[in-house]
Amino acid sequence: MAFDPTRDYPLGTRRPDLVTTPTGTPLDRVTLAAARDGTVAHDELRATPETLRRQAEVARAAGRRQLADNLERAAELTGVPEDELLAVYTALRPARSTAAELAAWAARLDRRAAPLTAAFVREAAAAYRERGLLRA
Amino acid sequence: MPERDLDAAAPRAHSARFASRARSELRRETLIAPWAELGLLAADGPGDPKPELVVEDGRVLRLDGRAAAEFDVIDRFLVAHGLDLDVAAEAMALPDVEVARRLVDVDAPRGELVRLARGMTPAKLASVIGLLDPVELMFALKKLRARRAPGNQAHVTNLKESPALLAADAAEAARRGFAEIETTVAVARYAPLNAIALLVGSQTGRPGVMTQCAVEERRNLELAIRGLVTYAETLSVYGTEPVFVDGDDTPWSKAFLGAAYASRGVKVRFTSGTGSEALMGEAQGLSMLYLEARCVSVVRAAGAQGVQNGSISCVALVLAVPGGTRAILAENVLAAWLDLEVASGNDAIASHSAIRKTAKLMGQFLPGTDFVTSGYSVMPRHDNTFGGGNYDADDLDEWLTVQRDWQVDAGIEPVPEAEVLRVRERAARAVQAVFGELGLPEITDVEVEAATRAYDSSDLPDRDRAADVEAADALLDRRITGVDIALALDRRGFDDVAAAVFGMQRQRLAADYLQTSAVIDAAGLVHSAVSDPNVYTGPGTGYRLEGERWELLQALPHVENPRLLGADDPLTTEAQGPVVAEGGPAPVGDDPTEVVVAVGPAFGGAIRHTINGLEHVDVLRAVCEGVSEVGGTPRPVRVRRVADVAFIAHDGARLSGSRVAIGLQSKGTAVIQRADLQPLDNLELFGMSPLYSLESYRAMGRNAAGYALGHRVGPVPTELDNFARAKLIVHTTLLQAREARAVVPGAPAVEVALVEAAVPSA
Repeated sequence: MAFDPTRDYPLGTRRPDLVTTPTGTPLDRVTLAAARDGTVAHDELRATPETLRRQAEVARAAGRRQLADNLERAAELTGVPEDELLAVYTALRPARSTAAELAAWAARLDRRAAPLTAAFVREAAAAYRERGLLRA
Repeated sequence: MPERDLDAAAPRAHSARFASRARSELRRETLIAPWAELGLLAADGPGDPKPELVVEDGRVLRLDGRAAAEFDVIDRFLVAHGLDLDVAAEAMALPDVEVARRLVDVDAPRGELVRLARGMTPAKLASVIGLLDPVELMFALKKLRARRAPGNQAHVTNLKESPALLAADAAEAARRGFAEIETTVAVARYAPLNAIALLVGSQTGRPGVMTQCAVEERRNLELAIRGLVTYAETLSVYGTEPVFVDGDDTPWSKAFLGAAYASRGVKVRFTSGTGSEALMGEAQGLSMLYLEARCVSVVRAAGAQGVQNGSISCVALVLAVPGGTRAILAENVLAAWLDLEVASGNDAIASHSAIRKTAKLMGQFLPGTDFVTSGYSVMPRHDNTFGGGNYDADDLDEWLTVQRDWQVDAGIEPVPEAEVLRVRERAARAVQAVFGELGLPEITDVEVEAATRAYDSSDLPDRDRAADVEAADALLDRRITGVDIALALDRRGFDDVAAAVFGMQRQRLAADYLQTSAVIDAAGLVHSAVSDPNVYTGPGTGYRLEGERWELLQALPHVENPRLLGADDPLTTEAQGPVVAEGGPAPVGDDPTEVVVAVGPAFGGAIRHTINGLEHVDVLRAVCEGVSEVGGTPRPVRVRRVADVAFIAHDGARLSGSRVAIGLQSKGTAVIQRADLQPLDNLELFGMSPLYSLESYRAMGRNAAGYALGHRVGPVPTELDNFARAKLIVHTTLLQAREARAVVPGAPAVEVALVEAAVPSA
């Protein structure tokens, strides 16, 4: 059954068939017993990019464009390691990066299949240039 | 001049009342006149821009008084992400007053107002909201709240960072109905231990409660990735560029961080609030409310689902200027209008004055917000390491009573003491087990016991803090996760807590709680503005406190059953038999020294003692002795036809040989009356029955006889207890009801005499 963002929320209760771990374990097999047996590990207990994109669709259908955009960026970032996330965050802080450094981060995000976030970083770089927020 | 003269010339208070007021708690605070240049004004600043939006070919050329080339980093972010240009032309063209009227019109749907807000600039938002008075703001907030039901958030911390006490307090908070619980650290390295204690405690109290540990972003993200916390509200935004940059962020960096958190399944709420820009010295001559309109616009543009606003830590500064309380409520309304979840402050101490801070609270408490406080201190203020605690453990009964008074749900439930102790102990035991299983420094039975019953952390034994922080560091290196916690609980037999902790990990898969205003119920179902929206459209609609929930919020543990009040008192039981013997109908007397002592219908029968606990037999004897002492002749009679003291006394006076009588109601109220006066007039009235001793009643008897015998009589000195009524009005009402039930309509007064045998020995 196709996903309907106006009817299928909450996903966990209305469309558990669409919810899996990143390795494909379906939601109904994610149980304490499975954790006890070692068939489900902590690293698997997170949202997949597909799930976050569906949440973005739900938000958009509810008229929340900005929240939807944010969840789409989040979907992209599921594949970015923590250290790199924090490095990009730091790079975006005031006067931390040159224009070239931000451009390099954007390019790296593009390579990680995160084009929306890459564009977001490029947009920040342009604004920072105008406002003197780049590192000299 | 000699010193004494100097003293005399020293400034003297012109008025003792002014001097008394100057010593009040309220006056510890500094109030100031507005000073626009420093941003020390609540709203409508002379420097605030007029609403303006010029768009050409889809490009914003001017925004609120600035041309594109002058846009600061906030303007640029709003242009890039915030303003929805497809509604901007329509929204900006609407007159402010027209929009303001729609905000308080039950027939103007929330969705339509939210749609219009998307196209409004910060100056437009501030300008419209500025037209609403406090009651209109409250109404707008009730209507615009995103989620149907209001809720509340708790703060749980303690000075010793005792894990057992954190777990016990978190469990109590969860059991009391808080939907979210926040902790923090006094020492940063404690973060993982505190997060674990909060997680275990909260899930013991009520599965589904969301938790956070407010620490530096890197640590916070790490805790979230480990599944030890589920939400964050540490992302602050500010209304001017210099303050934003001083906070070491930009709208882009904060929005990126928000997405990073969401990617790891963390519910994110930003933080803003009036007064922060002025406090940091860079308000740029703009009013607090206008700057907050910029903040909440940034929050929405960044894609956060919600905001913690309502001045938060700067609340005392905003209250220093005129209109501060109103501006804070207005900023909550702005956030709700922008379709954001609102955790509406009331966490930092707003005032020394209980009256003032609670007056401020009503703005959020009565309409209801997603989280009425962004941190109710579940423990005593002493242990609140947020530096807050506007309301704390000692205020719980007041909070619950005010909910009951207004029939309003402000998110906290009454729970009987035994049940509180049960969940506290179980949570402390559960975290003890987890520490044991994970090889963390032992939590002793003594700590568990103390955490269950303690007032605050000073009642707990000291822990080896060096060992704790070392273990905390190792915990992160060992990559301990929420699943490890669940399995540890499982191995130690805490099956339900294990399932609840695991349930919180499992929630991350569907990530339903990333939608606006999401909370999780005990069954794991997510309630958010998507699945459970506020659809208030006037009386009879929306969230109303009624049915089972209203029954629950009425039932405070100390509420008494009026049918049982006093029923267990041996003095009121019929078993003892009467203490006065009734004779025949009382004739009109002719002895000029006679003073009738007229008692009420229930005196010495259905009621045996006054409201002050004096036995009727003693009271009657004292009055009679007083009458005799000055040469009068007391004659006790019972008036049966009425329960009102004025008529009891007046009936007595008409029977009295001297035409003077003293009327005695069973609860102890007395009146000296003369037959020629109107029944509601009197010679002396003694209405302070809770204060009277037997000596008081003797003095009343003396005075009554004095009037009868024509002596000069000075009124019996009386004391006043202004709180007697508040304290005893329920008892008064119940006693009066018992007196009224003893009335025999139309029955004549009868003679009575003391039954001496019934008098219990003193």
